[in-house]
Amino acid sequence: MSRITLSNLAHSYLPNPTSDADYALKEMDHVWDDGGAYALLGASGCGKTTLLNIISGLLRPSQGRVLFGDRDVTDAPTTERNIAQVFQFPVVYDTMTVRDNLAFPLRNRGMDAAYIARRVDQIAKMIGMEADLNRKARGLTADAKQKISLGRGMVREDVNAILFDEPLTVIDPHMKWELRTQLKSLHREFGHTMIYVTHDQTEALTFADKVVVMHEGRVVQMGTPEELFETPAHTFVGYFIGSPGMNLLDAEIAGSEARLQGVSVPLGAAYGPTTGRTQIGIRPDYVAISDEGLPVTVKRVEDVGRHRIVRAEFHGQPLNAILPEGMTVPPYPRVAFAPAKINVYANDWRVAPLGS
Amino acid sequence: MEKTQNNKAWFLVLPVLALVAFSAVLPLMTVVNYAFNDTFGNNEFFWAGIEWFDEMIHSERLRAALGRQIVFSLIILAIEVPLGIFIALNMPKKGFWASLCLVLMALPLLIPFNVVGTIWQIFGRVDIGLLGHTLAALGIDYNYTNDPLDAWITVIVMDVWHWTSLVALLCYAGLQSIPQAYYQAARIDQATRWSVFRYIELPKMKGVLLIAVLLRFMDSFMIYTEPFVVTGGGPGNSTTFLSIDLAKMATGQFDLGPAAAFSIMYFLVILLISWVFYTVMTNLDREEAR
Repeated sequence: MSRITLSNLAHSYLPNPTSDADYALKEMDHVWDDGGAYALLGASGCGKTTLLNIISGLLRPSQGRVLFGDRDVTDAPTTERNIAQVFQFPVVYDTMTVRDNLAFPLRNRGMDAAYIARRVDQIAKMIGMEADLNRKARGLTADAKQKISLGRGMVREDVNAILFDEPLTVIDPHMKWELRTQLKSLHREFGHTMIYVTHDQTEALTFADKVVVMHEGRVVQMGTPEELFETPAHTFVGYFIGSPGMNLLDAEIAGSEARLQGVSVPLGAAYGPTTGRTQIGIRPDYVAISDEGLPVTVKRVEDVGRHRIVRAEFHGQPLNAILPEGMTVPPYPRVAFAPAKINVYANDWRVAPLGS
Repeated sequence: MEKTQNNKAWFLVLPVLALVAFSAVLPLMTVVNYAFNDTFGNNEFFWAGIEWFDEMIHSERLRAALGRQIVFSLIILAIEVPLGIFIALNMPKKGFWASLCLVLMALPLLIPFNVVGTIWQIFGRVDIGLLGHTLAALGIDYNYTNDPLDAWITVIVMDVWHWTSLVALLCYAGLQSIPQAYYQAARIDQATRWSVFRYIELPKMKGVLLIAVLLRFMDSFMIYTEPFVVTGGGPGNSTTFLSIDLAKMATGQFDLGPAAAFSIMYFLVILLISWVFYTVMTNLDREEAR
């Protein structure tokens, strides 16, 4: 086990990339701490899988280095990296029994038979397949096969990291929750570095200590779920995390107040001058609907159970608010923002307040 | 609602039935007719019962040909199947070279059988053939018209040259259908090259391999044209396989009764072996699914 450093890394699938757009992964420096549980979150096609494959060595990056601890493994083949990876779709060795499937990575490392038997039983118990150990893997259902793939990923105790590439896509919702909980407890027990790729924010937020959000081949933010929620570093994070996502409204910033279409809104802190397109971001959770503040037009109200979501518009820009239980939308609705919860963005990147 | 039964649709099958009867069943009946009768020409037939079958079953000549046939089929299967797999594994997977390889591999399959025979007949001649002459120049005593072993080697090498492509192309198709994720998973699991072949490639190739073996077995068991053109069944009877023997008997000696009995048994043997082979392989498949 060791910490994984990506230094000056970038990757393009084209032989001669010229512009920024040719890169599936834009240049990045990133460190995965030893023993961390990370979720890699992002929309489909943002480079998550590319990044995983570079870490596991299935793909050689077009530039930059990959380090395990102090060892440069950029050119080391996958087999030398001793890393586990579980893919989105189940991969099982059809002709082998479930037991042999689980034992395969251990046998390839030449572990002794008694240890293998013990470890396989342990893993089988964890994935709930003890009863099926002696049957052939062929002919099992897709989620049973995926459980085997997960088991094969976790069977080695000495791996440098375990990478999960949207592993629960084919698993039914109930089992999904259970397996995620088990992964989490496995992480607590053995302390492997785990990187869990997903585009499902609930999955990411429940699994990980640290969430890494990727957007268009870039890591836009790494932080705890709370940090991602409260202070998204990029408008994409604001929009991608949370349901519904963060409201973004064009504004002009002057000191500790923002001007929206001529109306002044107080901010929680003072900001220096900004350049480019300036917006303020506010979570729907911190938007209060009453008869004071900015006038809005309510388009519709959605009942999602615990609360209601008000879909409104402010000068043509969409604005969502969360309406707590028992409250109603007033006849001439206006909204107010909690000043401390407002973030300021210039050209999509968060602007830090002065004096922070 | 009552379902109405109307079996008149069966009449639509009649044209096909008539066609098949004319093209396959009736000619076969002629053979059956000859097999159970004796004739001295003039379309006069005398009932012979199973006499011809009895004679053929106990014929030393037929047994020897059958023995040679089995040995030949086994040898070419033992060479062509592993070689085909090996070639398929090493062919480029995509791009220009893959297409080029495919075309080159397909070439021998497109050459008519008697042309293949002629090519090798000339190629192996000691006086003018490139192969025969070169071997002679190197001091190797090679002459397929005199030496039975040389004749066998020539016929086998010719068959391998002609048909290994078929096995290779079928295996290649099987290999191409393996998703990349399997190879990636194997690398993650630190599998050796042999394990990848044994647990990923071979199981995925099994279906096409079954077809390849079946086709190669049937074709080689019925082989006629190529060895006939090259060696004419000689020297002596050393490369006289079943078909060649059959043709000699039927059209050379005009022993139509024995030849007819022979062909029926020949046909049944091929049918039987193919059926057994296919059943065993598909049953193995089912066992594994359990």
